[in-house]
Amino acid sequence: MHTELYSNTVWILIVLFFAFIIVGLFGNRLKPTLAGAISTIAILFTTVISYTTAYLYFFQQGMIDGKFAMLIPFEHEWLRFSDTLAIHMGIMIDPISVMMMVVVTTVSSMVHIYSFGYMKGEKGFERYFAFLSLFSFSMLGLVLSTNLFQMYIFWELVGASSYLLIGFYYQKPSAVAASKKAFIVTRFADLGFLIGILLLSYFTGTFDFATLLDSSGSAVSSMTGLSFMGISTITWVMVLIFMGGAGKSAMFPLHIWLPDAMEGPTPVSALIHAATMVVAGVYLVARLFGIYAGAPDALAVIAFIGAFTSLFAAIIAVTQTDIKRVLAFSTISQIGYMMLALGVSGYGGEDGLGFTASMFHLFTHAMFKALLFLGAGSVIHAVHSNYMNDMGSLRKYMPITHITFLIAALAISGIPPFAGFFSKDEILAAAWANNPLYFWTEWFVAGLTAFYMFRLYFSVFWGEKRDYQHKPHESPVSMLFPLVYLAVASAVVGFIPFSEFVTSDGMPFHAHFHWNIAIPSIAIAVVGIAIAAWMYLKPGNVANKLATSMPAVYKLSLNKFYIDEIYLWITHNIIFKGIAAPIAWFDKHIVDGSMDGIAWVTQRFSEKIKGTQSGQLQQYGYAMVLGAVAFVLLLLYWGAR
Amino acid sequence: MIEGIGVFDVLVVSTAMFFIGIYGFLVRKNLITILMSVELVLNAVNINFVVFNKYLYPDMLQGYMFSLFAIGIAAAEAAVAIAIILNVFRRMKGIDVEHVDSMKY
Repeated sequence: MHTELYSNTVWILIVLFFAFIIVGLFGNRLKPTLAGAISTIAILFTTVISYTTAYLYFFQQGMIDGKFAMLIPFEHEWLRFSDTLAIHMGIMIDPISVMMMVVVTTVSSMVHIYSFGYMKGEKGFERYFAFLSLFSFSMLGLVLSTNLFQMYIFWELVGASSYLLIGFYYQKPSAVAASKKAFIVTRFADLGFLIGILLLSYFTGTFDFATLLDSSGSAVSSMTGLSFMGISTITWVMVLIFMGGAGKSAMFPLHIWLPDAMEGPTPVSALIHAATMVVAGVYLVARLFGIYAGAPDALAVIAFIGAFTSLFAAIIAVTQTDIKRVLAFSTISQIGYMMLALGVSGYGGEDGLGFTASMFHLFTHAMFKALLFLGAGSVIHAVHSNYMNDMGSLRKYMPITHITFLIAALAISGIPPFAGFFSKDEILAAAWANNPLYFWTEWFVAGLTAFYMFRLYFSVFWGEKRDYQHKPHESPVSMLFPLVYLAVASAVVGFIPFSEFVTSDGMPFHAHFHWNIAIPSIAIAVVGIAIAAWMYLKPGNVANKLATSMPAVYKLSLNKFYIDEIYLWITHNIIFKGIAAPIAWFDKHIVDGSMDGIAWVTQRFSEKIKGTQSGQLQQYGYAMVLGAVAFVLLLLYWGAR
Repeated sequence: MIEGIGVFDVLVVSTAMFFIGIYGFLVRKNLITILMSVELVLNAVNINFVVFNKYLYPDMLQGYMFSLFAIGIAAAEAAVAIAIILNVFRRMKGIDVEHVDSMKY
């Protein structure tokens, strides 16, 4: 075994955790820049470790018998329930965890550097960096988990740090509301996840991925034949676990928190709500893919929800005017792609193309979506507004932001040779192999993606000239370096032959390039860009005319299909009035009422009898004597019998 | 042993003393008189001790000794009671037992 080669991965978690503790506890006594530097050095250190680990794993030592092995360099028993069931804390090295580790550390370190410029002079600078360290720690803990329960713990930790960072501007009521919303929605989804974990461990007797994913499938065999309400148990379990993933990954109908989460600082949106935390759901499904492969019904659910979400979110993204919200819905849509790819995937070899494609898209998406968010942050930093109407012709003022943003937009639109093209191509190929309907849906979504992304690009960087109150200026180097780094990544990572490294069963295969898929997908992307150029490149009101010609569709999309309103209506009218109000009545009148009644009776009774304690000594004397007499009489009576 | 006086006669006296004491305790309002009534009750009991010792166990001394103890204790008790009554007088400006009722509900 080569596990000892990877033992330094332990330091990833330790260093980040201590960075969080130090900056969190003593940050207010340090200079803000020093506090930020501690966090940044910690994350750069982990980046170095994860890059070397990835190099060692993928290129040197990872293969065992022609297969990428699942290695556990560190594991420690944490909590023992019974002889057979215990929770361990450990670190697991396998293709997807190494891949995720690279994604998280790359984006996180770029965001740390970027934040030096973006958050400069903000109140709570050191608090911000402490939370970033906490998040990086939890996310890497999640990624490197050896078992479901450890994953669940870190899963909640990323949720908590996401909550803290969304609510970073805690004096802004909208930010507070958004952080609560994010927490409650994901927490609700995690309920399903927890039930799924408990059911799975009940049937298999273990939390460990290594045992659960044993290729013989022996761990889950105890579930075969069991069913509940006409659906097999394994489907129930896997759908419940997917529910947790859907909440974290903002799948319909649990997506409502992600657009609101844009209230947080923009680098946070780039890190948590674009590149890393929101793909945790995809990672979860990929992590348990060996079991999902045995539950085709659950996979069908995932594929359907993924496809529907990607279409749904893309339609909303078309009409949003807040630059970050466009990106948020774009993120939801792209995660829908990843879910779909997992849902249509088979297990093993070429059948596992969807799995590989999903992980590939996760990887490329992290790069270009983080870049888009950081670019948007750079624009917001310059213009002091989130709204596209306040922007225009910024390419003259911010050339580097402009170029990097353009690269990211091309990448997400699927224009070769940028990264998104390759991963999207694989997803479309996998969808085609499964169900052409999914292919055509995603093909259409690809067009929509190109359209809304270039709508954003043209209206921000081109369009009519504006008179800015403050002349926009290019961002400082600390913000430009991450942009350039990620732009280079977005341009080149597409050439990584992902199927040689990350596959459903660890066996590398060679993915073919599909011209018959690539040509229509490039075509629709070009069409999308062309329409966007026609509508937004030149000053004019083509877009407005179009919007007024279809008011119903436009309003539906602008208001996000009224999903938030539906949720509010359901909470207010059904949950509050139908469930909470009767329960509150019961609590107030029956539970409290019985207690109050007992107290009332006691009080009344004591009111009545308190006169006996009169303080009059001689009354007591009478009572005593009479009592003694009565006692004697009783004794005499009994004695006589 | 005094001639002509039987145990019954003595018991009649002690019972009478006992109930006179009880009556006084319950009826009189002056704390000092109540104390005196209590002394009557105690002494009725002492007489019973002595008389039963005399008639039932003439060779033994327990009854006598016990009544001596009771007298000693009664003396101490009287001292304490007088002290209490003095304090009551200072505080309540009087020793009427009906006015000593600050411990009521």
